[in-house]
Amino acid sequence: MSNAVLVSTTINGDTVEFACPADEVLLDSLRDRVGLTGVKEGCGTGDCGACSVTLDGELVCSCLVLGVEADGRAIGTVEGLTENGDLHPLQQNFIDHAALQCGICTPGFLVAAKALLDRNPNPTETEIRYALAGNLCRCTGYDKIVRAVQASAKDLRKAKKR
Amino acid sequence: MRYESPASTKEAVALLAQEKGSAFVLAGGTDLLVRMKAELIEPDLVVDIKRIPAMTDIRVTEKGFRIGAAVSAAQLGRHKALCKAWPGVVEAANLIGSDQIQGRCTVVGNLCNASPAADSVPALVAAGAKAVIVGRNGRRTVPVEKVITGPGRTSLEKGEVIEALTLPKPASRTGDAYLRFTPRTEMDIAVVGVGISLALERGTVKKARVCLGAVAPTPILVPAAARALIGSKLDDVALARLATACSAACNPIDDKRGTAAYRIRVAGVLARRAATIAFQRAGGKA
Repeated sequence: MSNAVLVSTTINGDTVEFACPADEVLLDSLRDRVGLTGVKEGCGTGDCGACSVTLDGELVCSCLVLGVEADGRAIGTVEGLTENGDLHPLQQNFIDHAALQCGICTPGFLVAAKALLDRNPNPTETEIRYALAGNLCRCTGYDKIVRAVQASAKDLRKAKKR
Repeated sequence: MRYESPASTKEAVALLAQEKGSAFVLAGGTDLLVRMKAELIEPDLVVDIKRIPAMTDIRVTEKGFRIGAAVSAAQLGRHKALCKAWPGVVEAANLIGSDQIQGRCTVVGNLCNASPAADSVPALVAAGAKAVIVGRNGRRTVPVEKVITGPGRTSLEKGEVIEALTLPKPASRTGDAYLRFTPRTEMDIAVVGVGISLALERGTVKKARVCLGAVAPTPILVPAAARALIGSKLDDVALARLATACSAACNPIDDKRGTAAYRIRVAGVLARRAATIAFQRAGGKA
């Protein structure tokens, strides 16, 4: 166990401070210290993507980041996807397309899919599948997830035109 | 465990050199944190190099490129000039893991982790990359192929860190390529990897470097394979000689990903394909 270190960071646009041991991973800091339990632990080794967050805009696995590394940086989690209480198009489309069953993988898929659509508003199915290769789902299967992302891309492009 | 995030290479070196317990460099953490979680290592000190300006950017210099040790693979993929000059190096780096891993993993980490199957290393060796190593006694620059000495082992001394990699400015009519064989298309570890760079003069191969991965305890530079290409226009005879030289250089193991015999054969096949891509990129016509 290491001594606690004070970390000052920005999460979903809000300034947040927490203290954590130096060897604690960001995933645990977010869940246990900040109370953002949307981020999930699947494997803890960067293989499953359930703990996906953005760190200074870059998609990462929060199980492979130390909590102390977040100091002075900006983190984005699934809790930041809603706007004024309205679900993000990705969230709505995951519901509409039944792109989830148990839901453990869903926050990671949403964060990863948003990272994809932010940089590529009109991805092909192949591009979607490659971009989500770091996210594993053990119940829904991937087809519904891919359809939900395609529908979201369409909705977001339409909204942008308006 | 103590965590430090120094602002200079000099400070990082001092921290690592002074630590009496076990000290590790943290760049992307995609190997380090996994090993910590598995309790394979219990660091007393972790030195995060991502706040060191000399390690966090890609610089275009007169001699070529300088890639900081903390630059992520995703950053490499977004650097247009680097992608144009050394597409094989960037493709190799971008094959590692998922988008989540790409956002963190570094080619210097890939090098220092010293896996025989590291994807970026054969491409870097083929491109003639050098490592800028800083220690208490100053800095030294060594070819990348001199860094890995065995599985998980490097030639770095205690207190030494790699600050950056350099890539030369490619001569005109240069092309490089990296191909790996994996059963899946992504999220997998190379069964065989081949990096090749070629320079042409009047349509003929003037210079070549061929490096194989995952077929020996370390990535291996194969001069005989380069000699098979030099002086040719990449005709069938030259490609057959290349394949033979690559297969002959292999010293692989049998494991769940492939048998030794299979790896030896695939090394030759992949080398032919990689050479063809590098040749086309160099502007060569078959």
